[in-house]
Amino acid sequence: MSHSEGTPKDVLVYAEYIDGKVHPVTYELLSKGRELADKLGGSLISAIIGYGSSKYSEDLIWSGADKVFVYEFDEDVKPDVLLHKDVLVNLINETKPKIVLFGATPWGRTLAPRVAATLRTGLTADCLDIYIDENGDVIQVRPAFTGNIIAHIKTITIPVMTTIRYKVFKPLSKDKNRKGQVIVRKIDKAHLMSKERPFEILGKVKEKEVNIADAEVIVAGGRGLKRKEDLKMLEELANLLGGVVGVSRPLVDSGWCSKDRQVGFSGNIVKPKIYIACGISGSPQHLAGMKDSKIIISINIDPSAPIIRYSDLAVVGDLYEIVPKLIEELKKSRR
Amino acid sequence: MRIIVLIKPTPNIEKVRFDIERGVVDRSSAELEINPFDLHAIEAAVRIKERFGGTVISLSMAPPNAVNALRDAIARGVDRAILLSDKRFAGADTLATSYTLASAIKKLGGFDLIICGEKSVDGDTGQVGPEVAEFLNIPHASYVVDIKEVSKDSITVISDLGNAYYLIRLRLPALISVTKEVNVPRKPKLKDVLRARKAKIEVWDADTLKDLIDMDRIGLKGSATRVVKAYYALEKGRRGVIVKGDEGIQKILEILKSEGVI
Repeated sequence: MSHSEGTPKDVLVYAEYIDGKVHPVTYELLSKGRELADKLGGSLISAIIGYGSSKYSEDLIWSGADKVFVYEFDEDVKPDVLLHKDVLVNLINETKPKIVLFGATPWGRTLAPRVAATLRTGLTADCLDIYIDENGDVIQVRPAFTGNIIAHIKTITIPVMTTIRYKVFKPLSKDKNRKGQVIVRKIDKAHLMSKERPFEILGKVKEKEVNIADAEVIVAGGRGLKRKEDLKMLEELANLLGGVVGVSRPLVDSGWCSKDRQVGFSGNIVKPKIYIACGISGSPQHLAGMKDSKIIISINIDPSAPIIRYSDLAVVGDLYEIVPKLIEELKKSRR
Repeated sequence: MRIIVLIKPTPNIEKVRFDIERGVVDRSSAELEINPFDLHAIEAAVRIKERFGGTVISLSMAPPNAVNALRDAIARGVDRAILLSDKRFAGADTLATSYTLASAIKKLGGFDLIICGEKSVDGDTGQVGPEVAEFLNIPHASYVVDIKEVSKDSITVISDLGNAYYLIRLRLPALISVTKEVNVPRKPKLKDVLRARKAKIEVWDADTLKDLIDMDRIGLKGSATRVVKAYYALEKGRRGVIVKGDEGIQKILEILKSEGVI
């Protein structure tokens, strides 16, 4: 592939930074972004916005970036989607990247469409992969129809913008000898403090009960559970495995559990190392939320339940016999 | 309050058949219904109308057979339903769709609030709401789980921003996209269903918007993305080992060991 002078070939990664923390998807995007930039013969640029963000500039370089734009604030002001949009639009117009990557997180999916609409460019949502094909076109791979269909999508405008699902790419191991350029830009205080801000975060209402997307082991319960109290049994199993309890939608609808634990299309999309589905039949909506888990184990009394086909190990039997025995075995092996 | 609800008529995902060979949806296999997420947007709009008075207008872009879905919207409390339908709108991606919807909203004149569902069950993008907000130059909040306060010039909502829930105030006019937690939609009453049967659904073609719209920015022509290929994702499954009872427990322990969990 050859590039004439001035052809966009850089990749820009938006580093999601909320509440003083960099979202881990950022490092995965830097890893993929590095690969794409090398293939295009360009640089990997990253942008991070917010109070205290400058302390992460080296971290982003160690994780793959060549150049980091830091938009530091003087005061701790909550993120503003309109401000972030303005910053990114200006930066994209200035640096002219070929590809812009965001995490397909709630914040990423709130912000990226506004940037894409301003630039009148294509944006592909919630991607599982992105690659450059033999013609040099950027192709994005994404699920649609509640996970039933996988589509490969080509963007014909520049930049190609994509939100990418958490946990699909592996971050690079941090190389503290990597060198890069850091450009610090202060955000005008007047802009932040004006009273008439159209979008304003007034404060945090509550933390998530659990961040299920981060869990390596999920023990999930569905309609096969008879009583709310029986979730305790799953919790005991989850604790023994260092994991967390998840549920399918019906349990949230009946008020047994907070939505924070719901796995599925309208809840959380998860990709743990081990997913143990207990008494979950496997509706398309549920499958859309967990079918990319590394290993799926199901415990179900019904040998015809759809979940069986999507399991690496399907145990046909009563979860009320199997789960307590499993807990017993695990405790025994600990002694 | 003048509230606009964006409704996407979508095939029922439980009933629809997939053309496994071509990786597309057999559109004839299921009628178009209101996207399930949008039911919550309608309910939110109707509740605000009940408190403050006003009008709820729904706006959709879909083929002509979406009319029945929009009658359902009227039965659920929408006062006026508009369907953008024209071959020239077809093949639109989120960019062209948002541009078209935003242009139709400009045609409708002033409004206080736009409400849409978090995403659709067919496109799954969640992008159209925020892109419409950008084209109209108004603030928006996505993943709204609760509406706390509505006043003449602002709306305060709780939004899921991933790590936690945040209280966000938007200056009106604004757009919010709501999740299923925001409310429990009511079932339409029989009398409303009957009334809706006779209701008029306004159909707008591209010419209706000709003073507001750049024809090169709509439909496939105005789209920035193209589907290169698609395939059915659920066909294969994993087809792993199937065992019964106690043998299963041993197998589970083996996997947990080999994965280093225990």
